Amino acid sequence: MNLETLTIAEARRALDAKEYSALDLTDAYLDAIAKKDGEIHAYLEVWADSAREEAKAADKMIAAGKSQPLTGIPLAVKDNILLDGRIASSASKILENYRASYDATVIKKIKEQGVVFLGRTNMDEFALGSSTENSAFGPTKNPHDTSRVPGGTSGGPTAAVAAGMALGALGSDTGGSIRQPSGFCGVVGLKPTYGAVSRFGLMAAASSLDQIGTIGKTTLDAKVLFEAIRGYDANDSTSLPDSSIYGTKEARRVIGVPRAFLKAGMEKDVLAQFERTLESLKNDGYSIVDIELPSLDYALAVYYIINPAEVSTNLARYDGVRYGLSAPADTISDVYAKSRAQGFGPETRRRILVGTFVLSAGYADAYYRKARAVRELIRSDFRRVFESVDAIALPISPVAPWKFGDKADPVAMYAADIFTVPVNLAGVPAISVPSGTVERDGKQLPVGFQLIASHGGEETLFSIGEDVERSAS
Amino acid sequence: MRVNTDSTYFIDYDAWMTAPNIDVAALARLARLEVSDEEMRKLEKEIPAILHFVETIQKANTGKEANAPALRNVMRADENPHESGKYTEKLLEAALARDGDRIAVKQVISRKK
Repeated sequence: MNLETLTIAEARRALDAKEYSALDLTDAYLDAIAKKDGEIHAYLEVWADSAREEAKAADKMIAAGKSQPLTGIPLAVKDNILLDGRIASSASKILENYRASYDATVIKKIKEQGVVFLGRTNMDEFALGSSTENSAFGPTKNPHDTSRVPGGTSGGPTAAVAAGMALGALGSDTGGSIRQPSGFCGVVGLKPTYGAVSRFGLMAAASSLDQIGTIGKTTLDAKVLFEAIRGYDANDSTSLPDSSIYGTKEARRVIGVPRAFLKAGMEKDVLAQFERTLESLKNDGYSIVDIELPSLDYALAVYYIINPAEVSTNLARYDGVRYGLSAPADTISDVYAKSRAQGFGPETRRRILVGTFVLSAGYADAYYRKARAVRELIRSDFRRVFESVDAIALPISPVAPWKFGDKADPVAMYAADIFTVPVNLAGVPAISVPSGTVERDGKQLPVGFQLIASHGGEETLFSIGEDVERSAS
Repeated sequence: MRVNTDSTYFIDYDAWMTAPNIDVAALARLARLEVSDEEMRKLEKEIPAILHFVETIQKANTGKEANAPALRNVMRADENPHESGKYTEKLLEAALARDGDRIAVKQVISRKK
């Protein structure tokens, strides 16, 4: 088996045909991690012993003819998703030794299928960032050029899949955190419709934007993982009833492109690659039409108000009392202030302070409430456009993966999220599919193509995504 | 914010007039976050720069949409409670200090010295 090219679909066939066992497969992945991860640093912890036990259990399921789509499939999990009894740190010092006391709903669901958990993977601390440089435990490197970032915040999971160190992965996407690193690492990343996948057991960053999603080498693999984790959950207060959004809709094969929005500081060859993909879709019989989403000009600003507002609220729970790092001090307020100072990294602290400001009395109307109102404009722009198109195409990032340290100015880093944040503000699903490369310093770096559908439109994304894959290969 | 075409982003600090004076030290107190003097000097530049970056929403023309968020929380029915004490031990294990079946904390209210 060649782990560089192996897919979940092919592994499923081979496992069921008994060409190799789930234990063989897991051992191969553990070997690959031992060989490569010293350089890439995708994993924060590898669970070799329990992975082998899970593989043996999967082999029993397969032998008994009880194989399911993910039985025996070795996966990586982002470090902000809880597995009962395992450390889950969100790549933060404040949770460095925190052990989860229950399974996230998505974990429970895939455990029932008999998956193999290889380990927990790196991320920007508390899912705040765009490069995985904000991890308290050191950055992950891009497998295509280790002097460059893998993207973020799910840089660990995407690098693990890209480097053949996991067959697939679960991540989370708050403003592009699955799609952008998938684009940078050359894998497929799905951000489902808000509410389609339970957030129970996902550490909350910005609750109205967070969504668990899937990462695989192919669109089909991302889809198989999505089907395993989706569904209503009473434990998530914004979970969607299964029947509410998934109707049958006739696909017209019309893709809209918001031309005016593409001006925004794109690297020339990244834009050219995007145009080439559109051209190949046109040759496949799709109509490519110009659309207008005027409120998208405000998307970054709205996002960088709502995100810190919700982050500052959610992260108030890390106070050094119930769990996590606790700094000794004489008074309770010093315990809070010192634990949080020692436990949170620089970007996390910035977001907490900005969030505290935009929610403070006197400024909440001009910032937080105004942002919430503009967010509704963005949602209605999307709603209007989806009356006439099946999907919207956008680049994933205006730029190719950058070198470590190149975006040390926080605002420069925020600006790179321009094409991914509108999706989370609108709550619609989107996918990143690899589509060609650009050259930097003699190295070929992947470029991601983003497709966005209306609420519940995941099937549309999968079917167009497969066409993009075909034309790219 | 101005964005130029060769893909680098920069802020025009001189054009920034509208953002209010920001007392970062007061924000840090509100957020219960201890900040060193050195970091404070850095944050006093960064926080206004970030707020300037989001300033553009003031230009957006919002009308009736205000205060009508599309999302709302739906709570599950409060039924089938688990057996009392079932998770007590597990949750207390994560706490830093305990006193019987309680989490122990520093004194919250104290007399003036």
